[in-house]
Amino acid sequence: MSALPPRTFFDKVWADHVIARLGDDAELLQIDRLVLHELSGSQAVRALAEAGREPVSRGQVLTVIEHLISTEPGRGPTDSVSKSGPIMIETTRKASRDWGFHFIDYDDPRQGIAHVIAPELGIAFPGATLVCCDSHTSTVGGVGALSWGIGASEAEHVLATQALAQARPKTMRVHFTGKLAAGVYAKDMILALIGRIGAQGGIGYATEYAGSAVSALPIEGRLTLCNMSIEFSCKYGFVPPDETTIAYLAGREFSPKGADWDRAVAYWRTLPTDPGAAFDREVTVDCDSLEPQVTWGISPQQVVSIGANVPDPSQASDSEARQLATRALEYMRLAPGTPLKGIPIDVAYIGSCTNARLSDLRAAAEVLRGQKVKAGIQAVCVPGSTPVKRAAEAEGIDRIFKDAGFEWHESACGFCGHIGSDRFADLRVVSTTNRNFEGRQGPKTRTHLASPATVAASAIAGCIADARGIA
Amino acid sequence: MESLRQVTGIAAPMLRINIDTDQIIPALFLGGTDAKGYGANLFHGSRFLADGKPNPDFILNQPPYDRAQVLLADRNFGCGSSRERAPKALREFGFRAILAPSFGGIFFNNCYRNGIIPVELPIEIVRTIAAEVEASGGTAAVTVDVEAQVVVAPSGARYPFTAPATLRQMLVEGMDEIALTLSRGDEITQYREADRARRPWAY
Repeated sequence: MSALPPRTFFDKVWADHVIARLGDDAELLQIDRLVLHELSGSQAVRALAEAGREPVSRGQVLTVIEHLISTEPGRGPTDSVSKSGPIMIETTRKASRDWGFHFIDYDDPRQGIAHVIAPELGIAFPGATLVCCDSHTSTVGGVGALSWGIGASEAEHVLATQALAQARPKTMRVHFTGKLAAGVYAKDMILALIGRIGAQGGIGYATEYAGSAVSALPIEGRLTLCNMSIEFSCKYGFVPPDETTIAYLAGREFSPKGADWDRAVAYWRTLPTDPGAAFDREVTVDCDSLEPQVTWGISPQQVVSIGANVPDPSQASDSEARQLATRALEYMRLAPGTPLKGIPIDVAYIGSCTNARLSDLRAAAEVLRGQKVKAGIQAVCVPGSTPVKRAAEAEGIDRIFKDAGFEWHESACGFCGHIGSDRFADLRVVSTTNRNFEGRQGPKTRTHLASPATVAASAIAGCIADARGIA
Repeated sequence: MESLRQVTGIAAPMLRINIDTDQIIPALFLGGTDAKGYGANLFHGSRFLADGKPNPDFILNQPPYDRAQVLLADRNFGCGSSRERAPKALREFGFRAILAPSFGGIFFNNCYRNGIIPVELPIEIVRTIAAEVEASGGTAAVTVDVEAQVVVAPSGARYPFTAPATLRQMLVEGMDEIALTLSRGDEITQYREADRARRPWAY
């Protein structure tokens, strides 16, 4: 018997899910978990019903109300700032009940953003294929799932077949070496990587995050890291399972129980990349010298360390970079050479599948404790899930936020994307979210992406500020 | 799946990198569960002025580009959000082919399910085609032959491309992808029985 050649985590998980080869360019994959939300899931369930088909494996489908539902305290079952919100929420709710999916409604104590609750509930697990009509589905790669965003038609296909045809991506490994300094977080790691390899750097790849700084990250930090894979156009990002992963998943509602748990853990331990396995591309980012990162432009790749200045387009390496920087500065209404620190802000936003888990709220609370948000600044916190919100309240974190002057909302996707509320229109926002695209958070809204600690410090200062030295 | 064998038509150059799906159709206009109704808001932020009137500087408001069926784009077109309304909006406007050096991966797959072929071509070729189109005032047509996998530029130059065989075949034939997969029912059942024994916790 000859030994198998060394394989990557990705190679193993992919191979274990191949039902059939569909020619040279695609394989039909088993899908272990389909997660649907009301924004795009509602399209998939309606299309399936109109085609006269039925879901084939209802127990493998989770639906959740989180994209369009209001974040206002005391919200009702169809409250939404989106005028089509009620119909999309009702469509998802009805299909979930009619078809018997695992359904988490707006008032369920387990409710929250899909990518936050999937790990919390153990819906996502190591070696699972998990898909959702949302580009940030790679988030749950943080617990060692192979997860990616799909379109509504692909979701309809998964509903009908519990399988999906996909082209096999190339593999990339990013080594985050060294150790993060105090006040530097997973958000800073991923922004620095995107700044390095560019918003197109991951097209066609699946990315494994590795190295000492990743091993040291708790699961919540790994989820943040994997969340922003799509921001360098990489559909898949993951951290293969280790003992941290296994400890995190033990006892969760949907985690395997009893003898199944032991078998699952034994299988999960076989999944990490073998020594000597080859990747198509390897990248290294040193974390010893990493500083908090803040974006200055309209692409996540337009990012610098917090102590740096807004770049001068005339110094750009080529005409394309110059054009992009010029357009970005025009949109952001920033002058070249302006120090990032000290740029006045209008809004401080803590929320989203990127950075609204309990550890994020704790990091922000450390900065906010005993402080006040600067007068005139809108400061908003939308916890990533209802369990996160409740846990934060049990620790008194909500009091710290509210005493500082933050609004404290119910959990949903909230103000990460512009679905109807114009309250951030024409304003400058420092935000824990994942996209600083033109208009992403509202008409002419200028978004600076940063970690929760940086957002909290900026809320107090009324301008972009470094949290180190405050907390 | 809507069939597409070949398209010949006006080509609109939009040569900027990283045009994300939020720009193609902003989240505000994703409302509803309908399969259609998104084309009117395609590129809303660039296409309309603050008062709702068409922006005369935006290429798709300028004849003959307002009838464009081919879009000439730069790297990472369709990056960002997975929203399938992005290709739906492009298709409703009239686009059947997008020529670019690279595409956002989710958008790339979504195009095929909406009657659009995303064609990967080096930027030099896209720029050459754009220059020929512009020299003609936009009237010179570009052909994308999905069956032959070739783009024919206004100059007559032929640029071969490679599209994923399975997706291309489905697009050419206009196949029902779900029916196709269901026809593999035995293989799926066999896989799932073996897998369930191996990974019972996944079911």
